[in-house]
Amino acid sequence: MAWFKKTRKPIEPQTDKSSRVPEGLWIKCPSCGQVIYNKELTINLQVCPKCAHHFRMNAADRLAMLFDDGQWTEHDADLRSTDPLSFTDTKPYRARLKASIASTGRNDAVVSASGLLDGMPAVVAAMEYGFIGGSMGVVVGEKITRAIEMGIAQRAPVIVVCCSGGARMMEGTLSLMQMAKISAALGRLDRAGLPYLSIMTDPTTGGVTASFAMLGDLHIAEPKALIGFAGPRVIEQTIRQKLPDGFQRAEFLLEKGMIDYIVDRREMKAAVAHSLRIMMGLPPSARPVASAPPADA
Amino acid sequence: MPVATLEFEEPVAILLKEIQALRLMPSTPDRQTTIARLEARVQELRAELFGNLTPWQRVLVARHPERPVMLDYVDRLFTGFTELHGDRRFADDKAIVTGMAHFHNKPVFIVGHQKGTDTKQKIYRNFGYAKPEGYRKALRVMKMAEKFKRPVIVFVDTPAAYPGVESEERGVAEAIALNLREMALLDTTIVVIVCGEGGSGGALGIAIGDRVLMQEFAVYSVIPPEGCAAILWRDSARKVDAADALKITAPDLLAMDVIDEIVPEPVGGAHQDHALATALIDEAIARHLAEVSAMTSADRLETRYQKFRAMGREGHAFVSAPLAAASE
Ligand SMILES: [Zn+2]
Repeated sequence: MAWFKKTRKPIEPQTDKSSRVPEGLWIKCPSCGQVIYNKELTINLQVCPKCAHHFRMNAADRLAMLFDDGQWTEHDADLRSTDPLSFTDTKPYRARLKASIASTGRNDAVVSASGLLDGMPAVVAAMEYGFIGGSMGVVVGEKITRAIEMGIAQRAPVIVVCCSGGARMMEGTLSLMQMAKISAALGRLDRAGLPYLSIMTDPTTGGVTASFAMLGDLHIAEPKALIGFAGPRVIEQTIRQKLPDGFQRAEFLLEKGMIDYIVDRREMKAAVAHSLRIMMGLPPSARPVASAPPADA
Repeated sequence: MPVATLEFEEPVAILLKEIQALRLMPSTPDRQTTIARLEARVQELRAELFGNLTPWQRVLVARHPERPVMLDYVDRLFTGFTELHGDRRFADDKAIVTGMAHFHNKPVFIVGHQKGTDTKQKIYRNFGYAKPEGYRKALRVMKMAEKFKRPVIVFVDTPAAYPGVESEERGVAEAIALNLREMALLDTTIVVIVCGEGGSGGALGIAIGDRVLMQEFAVYSVIPPEGCAAILWRDSARKVDAADALKITAPDLLAMDVIDEIVPEPVGGAHQDHALATALIDEAIARHLAEVSAMTSADRLETRYQKFRAMGREGHAFVSAPLAAASE
């Protein structure tokens, strides 16, 4: 493919483990209590083999899971926030940025990439929760917008894997405006007749939900993912009562008509590939579609 | 009826009390002169105070109980306003008002948040907190404006989208998101004015336009200062610091190209003189409407796209720097 310039195996940052799963050789599942061998969890795409609890997954593992042979080309990796507001709360935003850059090995909270998905060229942007809660500031806005514009230019489908607490307060109204910027680009993608798939993972909230997460041709969610606009605590303050169990979970949204389907992460790539084939007018896949084993397993 | 004074207007309040006391006494030429002198001083003081408001003080002005609300402006700016109700899906949201009218004899469509003015109205309007059906009604009416090639004038004034159970159940996020996308593509002129509180996604959900104007003392923020303070400072009392840090004032946002123009307000804020506040808005809207309407459809849509595309510019908000340089 001509537009793959420097396809390479993704290099997983050394310090990235903390955002994904707890440190150590053995991990206790917070849902069923089962003690799982770390390597087993990695092979199982961070899903508990016993109860199917979905652990949070970092952006690199997401991309490896979706792209063929775990290979992709990253774009705009160098974009970095200038702290346009010179924002300081209890500590300077610059210090928060620096710490997140150091701990994730990423410049901001999204990784955008292109590659092949079941043989189909595709553009995927995966959010990195380990970077200030996956929050959306100007860099996230710019990178996702560029990814969408690349999809339009290459006539390729676009997928965003959402994992975010919403807009990044420390970039103020500029963060808010990224919702407008990305949504406008998605409008052009839509009118160009190209597929846009929004994959919602735990958590997908705030300004991310109220923009690109909810503009997909397809809304796909992982089981039990928290998906909503207002945070549960804000709603509880408004209504002055506890919210019922399962409120704002993927299954609740499915029931309310906000998402198309919920799929187990281990079946995610096959489901996405199948949907894309139908949208792109292609025949069924000739071989079974499965995620490649993770690079570090 | 005297207009309620804000805490930082104390020096003005003292003078106003003095004037009131003088008025209760028999009128003499001397007293009239004193009253006139004090009234002049009130104007001076107001100009001084309002010329140096802190961001938090601007928040208080933007939320002032007597600040004109959308329907105050509608009454004064337009003729033959016909309100259009309902989203044709679920209900008629009272926190967003839509309709059609004439503006300087030209037909227009109008969309805006409506806060109530008295307690009963505030409850009826849900304090300007719109639900999904409000955003869907807005889009329905804007699509009609597109069909008939009429401009849309939008008034933005909301604390936030309604953060309640039914909002989530009916997909408030989807409703806002769809408006963002469809307003970017709407093939007719859209002029937006933020005239009070521009509260986060709830404001943005109707605030995509060819021009985004902002009244002098309005604010526009990604989160209310109180909420920001509670999360980042873990103390909502730090709202003053949060208001400062968030850069939510009209001059800040003009400098960042988030808005196109600041519409001046009467001395002491729009609540001091509704008629003058309206006249200033009238001039600004008329001028921008004429400019944008003169563009071709293709130009207008491309310019609108690029306007939002440029928010958070390279060099200003972000740079391209290799990771090695970043982690130094
Ligand atoms: Zn388990």
